[in-house]
Amino acid sequence: MIYQGKQKIWSDYNKEIPDDHWYYVRSCIRQNFFPASERMMVEICKNVLKKDFYENPNHTTCGGIAYHCDTLPQETAMTIVARQFALMTESGYENYAASCITSFGNYCEVLETWREFPELEAKIRELLWKACRREFKKPKYLCHTSDLIFKYRNEIAARAKYKLVNRHTGEPLRVVEHIGCHYSKMFPSKGVGGAEYPYVLVGMIESWGGNVIDYPERRHCCGYGFRQYHVRANRGYSLSNTHKKFESMEPYKPDMIITNCPGCPYFLDRWQYVISEMTGKTYGENGYGIPVFTYEEVAGLVLGYDPWDLGLQLHQTAVEPLLDKIGIPYDPKKKYLGLNEKDLKRPELPGTLRCC
Amino acid sequence: MAIDFGFKLSPSSAINLDRLDTEAFNRLAELEPDVRKCISCGSCTATCTAGKFYDIGLRKILIYLQRGMEKEAIEMLEHCMLCGKCSMVCPRGLNTRHIVLSISSIYKKTEQ
Repeated sequence: MIYQGKQKIWSDYNKEIPDDHWYYVRSCIRQNFFPASERMMVEICKNVLKKDFYENPNHTTCGGIAYHCDTLPQETAMTIVARQFALMTESGYENYAASCITSFGNYCEVLETWREFPELEAKIRELLWKACRREFKKPKYLCHTSDLIFKYRNEIAARAKYKLVNRHTGEPLRVVEHIGCHYSKMFPSKGVGGAEYPYVLVGMIESWGGNVIDYPERRHCCGYGFRQYHVRANRGYSLSNTHKKFESMEPYKPDMIITNCPGCPYFLDRWQYVISEMTGKTYGENGYGIPVFTYEEVAGLVLGYDPWDLGLQLHQTAVEPLLDKIGIPYDPKKKYLGLNEKDLKRPELPGTLRCC
Repeated sequence: MAIDFGFKLSPSSAINLDRLDTEAFNRLAELEPDVRKCISCGSCTATCTAGKFYDIGLRKILIYLQRGMEKEAIEMLEHCMLCGKCSMVCPRGLNTRHIVLSISSIYKKTEQ
């Protein structure tokens, strides 16, 4: 009975994720920060796993970034979202996959608000019709793309060339997982594992051979928090939040960090440089930082894609020590060669944080 | 020369409970078992006479002591006038005035 009771409770933390036929929308900022992540998502779903994964070139921002920065009201954001849903309806899809955590939170918030206030939904439908003569159906299933990779994690593991294992010691890598706040802190029932036990990244790490680190500030925000970073006067607060996380995870000697949010990998990666310049402290081994990845980059790495095709040269913290640990081959001479071997130029190296 | 980013880093406020010296708090709890009954409802803070003029509240003081932030707790406690209004509103029936006196005797001795 106790076991059955636990199963019942855990079922509340699970989420139904359809296997196929997804309409994909991108993030505003991820393509600038980690440009290969979204391309890798499309590549894995369409070409590796042969799923029906459609992207409409006319889709735009969801308005979430401006909404959370207090620069546009919610009704405007809702009309933008309504147009996105209209594009999905016109494309003949019912399952909506958002690449951005804030978009995911925004879509959840909009759908939940419409459920509570149907008159507002009617108003938004009218506004959309007046603005661009479009109509929409609400998505049958809404997910974040990390939910999809979580769903396909075992299929990816079956095709994996590498595991998250230290090839020198044979031990699983110690991995920190960081979930974006807007994934399940806003609507716990919409995320895998809810707000208390987010399992979405843990599932991937376990399937791909790594060990998850549990540390005191595990569920703390990465520090980005929109206004905390975008308002320069608050930027020290953003940095201090990130610093608190690193101080907390440091004793557990993590090999890598995996995140599922657009902002988190950026700030956990870049702030390591700023912390090192301000305090002289680095958190990785031998003066390096702790490499930070998106889940698509890690999926690409275990599937055997070239690290430079995954855009890992655009990370601030060096990824090479981790690639050496796993045994993933790379050509240092090709690190700063872009598409068609175009020279991307070498960046200036930091004073304290060791980079390759 | 350090780079000026235009903003600063605040020291981490994380508290490592494994490294805390809890000896003084355990002595207090032995003398005043009530300190473990506090549910941090804040009634004491809301009713505090000195609270209108200073940052003070027994709820906060007990949390500070549990977290090893003794200096902050003692500084706050200095504003207490022992009026006892907090003991009248405490839903857990704590003898707050007695707790305040015990904290003073234990932690002030520790300070010396």
